[in-house]
Amino acid sequence: MSTGLAAVTKGFRGFARYLGGVLGADAYAKYLEHHQAAGHGTPPLGEREFWRDRTDRQDSNPQGRCC
Amino acid sequence: MAGTPDDRRSTARGDGAVATDASLPPSAVDPKVRDAEEKKWTPGKIALWVAIALLGGVAWFMLAIIRGETVNAIWFVFASVCTYLIGYRFYSKVIERYITKPDDRRATPAEYKADGKDYVRTDRNVLFGHHFAAIAGAGPLVGPVLAAQMGYLPGTIWIIIGVVLAGAVQDYLVMFFSMRRGGRSLGQMAREELGVIGGTAALIATLLIMVIIVAILALVVVNALAESPWGVFSVGMTIPIALFMGVYLRFLRPGKVMEVSLIGFVLLMAAIIGGGIVAETPWGTDIFTLDRVTIAWGLIVYGFIAAILPVWLLLAPRDYLSTFMKIGVIVMLALAIIVVRPEISVPAFSEFASRENGPVFPGALFPFLFVTIACGALSGFHALISSGTTPKLVEKERQTRYIGYGGMLMESFVAIMALVAAISIDRGLYFAMNAPAALTGGTVESAATWVNSLGLAGVNISPDVLAETARNVGEESIVSRTGGAPTLAVGLAHIMQQFIGGTAMMAFWYHFAIMFEALFILTAVDAGTRVARFMLQDSIGNFVPKFKEASWRPGAWLCTAVMVGAWGAVLLMGVTDPLGGINTLFPLFGIANQLLAAIALSVCLAIVAKRGTFKYLWIVALPLAFAAVVTITASYQKIFSPTPAVGYFANNAAFSKALADGKTEFGTAKSVAAMEAVVRNTAIQGWLSVIFVVLSIIVIATALLATVNAFRNRADGTAVKDTEDPARPSRVFAPAGLIPTPAEKELMAEWDKLPPGARFERAGHH
Repeated sequence: MSTGLAAVTKGFRGFARYLGGVLGADAYAKYLEHHQAAGHGTPPLGEREFWRDRTDRQDSNPQGRCC
Repeated sequence: MAGTPDDRRSTARGDGAVATDASLPPSAVDPKVRDAEEKKWTPGKIALWVAIALLGGVAWFMLAIIRGETVNAIWFVFASVCTYLIGYRFYSKVIERYITKPDDRRATPAEYKADGKDYVRTDRNVLFGHHFAAIAGAGPLVGPVLAAQMGYLPGTIWIIIGVVLAGAVQDYLVMFFSMRRGGRSLGQMAREELGVIGGTAALIATLLIMVIIVAILALVVVNALAESPWGVFSVGMTIPIALFMGVYLRFLRPGKVMEVSLIGFVLLMAAIIGGGIVAETPWGTDIFTLDRVTIAWGLIVYGFIAAILPVWLLLAPRDYLSTFMKIGVIVMLALAIIVVRPEISVPAFSEFASRENGPVFPGALFPFLFVTIACGALSGFHALISSGTTPKLVEKERQTRYIGYGGMLMESFVAIMALVAAISIDRGLYFAMNAPAALTGGTVESAATWVNSLGLAGVNISPDVLAETARNVGEESIVSRTGGAPTLAVGLAHIMQQFIGGTAMMAFWYHFAIMFEALFILTAVDAGTRVARFMLQDSIGNFVPKFKEASWRPGAWLCTAVMVGAWGAVLLMGVTDPLGGINTLFPLFGIANQLLAAIALSVCLAIVAKRGTFKYLWIVALPLAFAAVVTITASYQKIFSPTPAVGYFANNAAFSKALADGKTEFGTAKSVAAMEAVVRNTAIQGWLSVIFVVLSIIVIATALLATVNAFRNRADGTAVKDTEDPARPSRVFAPAGLIPTPAEKELMAEWDKLPPGARFERAGHH
């Protein structure tokens, strides 16, 4: 029973993570990962600054949405 | 084709000359191993593909050959899915092997330009969902509904066969070629490949086409919300909900995208339920019952404000909502159709399939069916998405087949489901909803009389049924609710209530459907206006450099106003058109969309030719030729047809003559002002058709010229300038498709053994 429940929880978590990925919710985590891997000397942007920067750049860089 | 000067070996072009890091495991599966794997047909594999082919064959047989009273909706699912699987497994592999020739040893832009922001390696399955959410919107939900006037079979064949041979090919090729060029846009590629004339024509055509597409999408929303207090309230509420989400993400909890999307979703559902309550009250009816012209003006003002507001406030949060809904709705629709399996009583070919005076859209099956269904079969607009955003996120070159080709197959499946939902309702109801008020008379009695007078087999509708359906879905009236969205909503409500909730839930499901369609369209309108504004700013910037500065407010506002004014004018024209806006304007939408496809395919043709692949050029030439013939024939008929219902200028002449003769009403126009409106509208629509087709012919001609030049150069050994970014070695590995192959699994295990530090070091240095 508990293994079944665990499997459901795991499946749901996986789905939630996938949906989050599609929405772009993991953008900051990926940015940090990149920043670390690239080994820049400067500290990374904070979470708030990152999201601010992200939407502000979209202002001058619109992404199309289709019909 | 022995005489084509093809490059027989791709390595001759330096593709294979990428020096990969020897200290790392290989970044690609050994081509020999992959080949052996692909060509090894185990009994199990053979049995699987035989089963898929047989099931698909039986399904097509049930749809196309068997002429029973009804056909079960499940056959649409089997016919489409089996055909997609075969197209994906076999045809897209041919394209991969002979045209794109991806090389996983090469780094993708997401790797060599990695910045953690725009260029980010993204898991292939996540990117598939992301790309799909970007390409799919209201288009595949609307076109197939209108095309159902001809019966279910022509639309079904075009959606399924069209996507395999044309739509998915375009998406895949554009994505691949853009990826090889660091994520360049279609416009930039057109300029590079086709020269200044072709490139400029492509740019102007793209800009005009975007105006038309945004205008007609907006028209669909206006038609769905007119005289519907429930719809106006719940769709209107999406604006404060999005603003709240924007503020929440910016100031309260930055980055909590999932959390805010869930909150937004709950609020959205509350808005739908609340809409039902508000629409019941006298004050709610008073405030929110708006006519079409008012809603159109509201949408224009909204469009302008939304396009100049910062992205974080309105566009980004609504995009989250829209994506959230998109995935939910599509899963729900598929589940409902599979569980409920409605019986379809619409004939395979209706009485209108062989005539050109259909009430939903005029014109003969060829070419007009093929432009009415654009999204879902072949959509040029996708070329703008497939170039640019997605190529900057692709992790490995081979994944473009899964994401580009596969993503478009998915959209086609959405179109099939929309078709099924629309044809699951009574045919009489369908025509009463989709014919313009000029024909139905606008009341249940006159509509029922008119529908029954059409002499359609098995159609006998009573005014009571029309009135009752309207009551069930919580609307004042459903007569002449053109545009496709209300019909789909009724169809969806009809299916969903058998799945969850019964008749009592029909009104909720109807408004749920209207809500998500409106949400998709409003997102497309916002984004379309912004993209078009930037294109305009960029173009003017060539003459007045100040306009190139995106942050220069007056320039941005002026260009936004120009774009909103342009689509707003077309929208108002459609809304006030006595002939019924959808009826006259929707063909222009389809033509515009497919001309864009012709432009995109032209660019692909030139690129493929320059790469030296002549033997398989037909893979690009086939859809290009088809799109060109369809759109040019459709444009020709719209311009030159002597039948007023079809030809814009014939209609123009008929109304001008009536005015000159001093008549005060003519055809469906009941006043002199209305007649003058028809004269003005048809002239504008006619000239727009002329401009579109001329620009597209220029683009296609320059592409053909580039192709011939490439052939000559290749034949006499002249070096062809390569517009691809230089090849760089990849330092990562990921599987190509949904399920990793055994060889890919082996390689992944090898990479997993590597210490984390050794894997991506220096990957992003630039």
